[in-house]
Amino acid sequence: MTAVAAVAVPQRGFALDVRAVKIVVQRDLIRTLQDRTRFVSALVQPLLFLFVLGAGLSSLTQGATGSLDLRTFMFPGILATSTLFTAIFSAVSIVWDREFGFLREMLVAPVRRSSIILGKAIGGATVATTQGVLVLALAPVVHVPLTPGLVVTLLAEVFLLSFTLTALGLAVVARIQQVQTVMGLMQVLLLPLSFLSGALYPLSNLPTWLSVAVRCNPLTYAVRPVRTAVFNHLEVSPAVRARLNPPITWGGWEVPTWLQLLLVAAIGAGLLALAVKQFQRVE
Amino acid sequence: MTAISVRGLRKSYGELEAVRGVDFDVAPGETFGFLGPNGAGKSTTIKILCTLARATGGSASVAGFDVATQRDDVRRHIGLVFQDLTLDTYLSAEQNLRFHAELYGMPRATVQPRMRQVLEMVGLWERRASKVLTFSGGMKRRLEIARGLMHSPRVLFLDEPTVGLDPQTRASIWDYIHELRQQEEITIFLTTHYMDEAEHCDRIAIMDEGTLVALDTPAALKASVGTDRVTIRTADDQAALAVLGDAVLTTDGIVISVEDGEAYVPRLFGTLGVPITNVSISRPSLDDVFLSYTGRTIRDSEQAPGMPAIFAAMARR
Repeated sequence: MTAVAAVAVPQRGFALDVRAVKIVVQRDLIRTLQDRTRFVSALVQPLLFLFVLGAGLSSLTQGATGSLDLRTFMFPGILATSTLFTAIFSAVSIVWDREFGFLREMLVAPVRRSSIILGKAIGGATVATTQGVLVLALAPVVHVPLTPGLVVTLLAEVFLLSFTLTALGLAVVARIQQVQTVMGLMQVLLLPLSFLSGALYPLSNLPTWLSVAVRCNPLTYAVRPVRTAVFNHLEVSPAVRARLNPPITWGGWEVPTWLQLLLVAAIGAGLLALAVKQFQRVE
Repeated sequence: MTAISVRGLRKSYGELEAVRGVDFDVAPGETFGFLGPNGAGKSTTIKILCTLARATGGSASVAGFDVATQRDDVRRHIGLVFQDLTLDTYLSAEQNLRFHAELYGMPRATVQPRMRQVLEMVGLWERRASKVLTFSGGMKRRLEIARGLMHSPRVLFLDEPTVGLDPQTRASIWDYIHELRQQEEITIFLTTHYMDEAEHCDRIAIMDEGTLVALDTPAALKASVGTDRVTIRTADDQAALAVLGDAVLTTDGIVISVEDGEAYVPRLFGTLGVPITNVSISRPSLDDVFLSYTGRTIRDSEQAPGMPAIFAAMARR
């Protein structure tokens, strides 16, 4: 028989919450490493868009993109949307946890619920960003020159975006009890979000209704900075740049990139707070 | 200081009064059994004690902390084992315990020795690196118990610790619980549907329709519902009945209610004067206790009138 382990009063307060966030993130990473099939299959769709759809459509669009390969234009949008599925799936995993009971283990612990939810959001963002690294590795294939500065900028933007998306997912699934329900709901959410973000087409010359819808989509404000970062490293004529990467305007006012990123961060923080609030309800 | 103290506890869900003023104390080191049919208010009471639900009236303290105002202190000092699985089956036993240790803020140096200790206690140390999904039902329940003990709680709540397990596994779970009582200074608060398991407890509370209808030791409760029953078969029942007076003839034979059956039978052989062919003595069981306090057997009470057992089982989830 082993010696009785010393009973020490557990620590409390901020340090405990930091440990809680870390272990929730760590669990998400362990689970991701175990389920490599899901990790890789989440990459299939963006690759199909980029190499199959992109290659197929480029014969149609040769005149419109000028000297630029259509796939080069599409790359930033694909990079941004590739995180969509993974980030949202991370949020869905909390419904799995609920259905299989593990959520209860987390919710009865002597830590703030916000630590658990924050851990989930950071976990989702970390996994999605890792996936972004894989997509980024394909950049040279579609003529996007990678520099260390660009890589860091893009990954930071992808992290911010996927954090907000996971927060969105968490806010949506907070009250849902069954995985089946949530899968259907996510399908309804995913495609409109990505189609209305300008990830696959430029924001110039859109019909009015569409340009309004695109401006209402938070994802738009994450895709544009990613594309801007890429375009800043491309050699393209001002005319092509203006057509393929036009600024986002609010009633004629150009929204600066920093404000776009701030907007995405603010929406993420807001959604996270909403999710925490819903998970905090006590009988 | 009491381990659990409950005063005038009430809980309503809208119109429905689930708990209607409950008082009891549990002493440190006690194993306290909580019995009652579904809908009796048992689960609601536990939820309030574990800080998972808020009482609408009265007060309760666990390990010296108020469940309403000192939520995190209560949580840090209790271990919970639910009847439904709450393990991450894709993680190993060790990873599940480590997750728990971090969430409960265990001092880092104590994590490894404590993990070994609790896993050895439930006989899973050798399997610590295996994923939980490879475990049998009994092993999972044992791992849950080990995890509930990981942070050295003062009070361990076991909600139906043996439900859905085969008799052999149930017995082994009880062995672990007994061992636990010897090794740790811990108060155990458990609910069960199995009347024979209630006998493992120091004291038993029976809850029905939101109130406590009985609270005592198993022996005292059994004594309170009555006497031993001696059932005999004889060569001539009518002659025997005439001698015995207040005995009753049933299809099983002649039934006599007496204080101490074991002492009574030898005397009976000497005084009856009619040859006895068969004797059996039965003691009142906790089933009888439950029946006498609630007017139903525990199995009947699981089912609403006219509701097939399968729906009752589903409603329990």
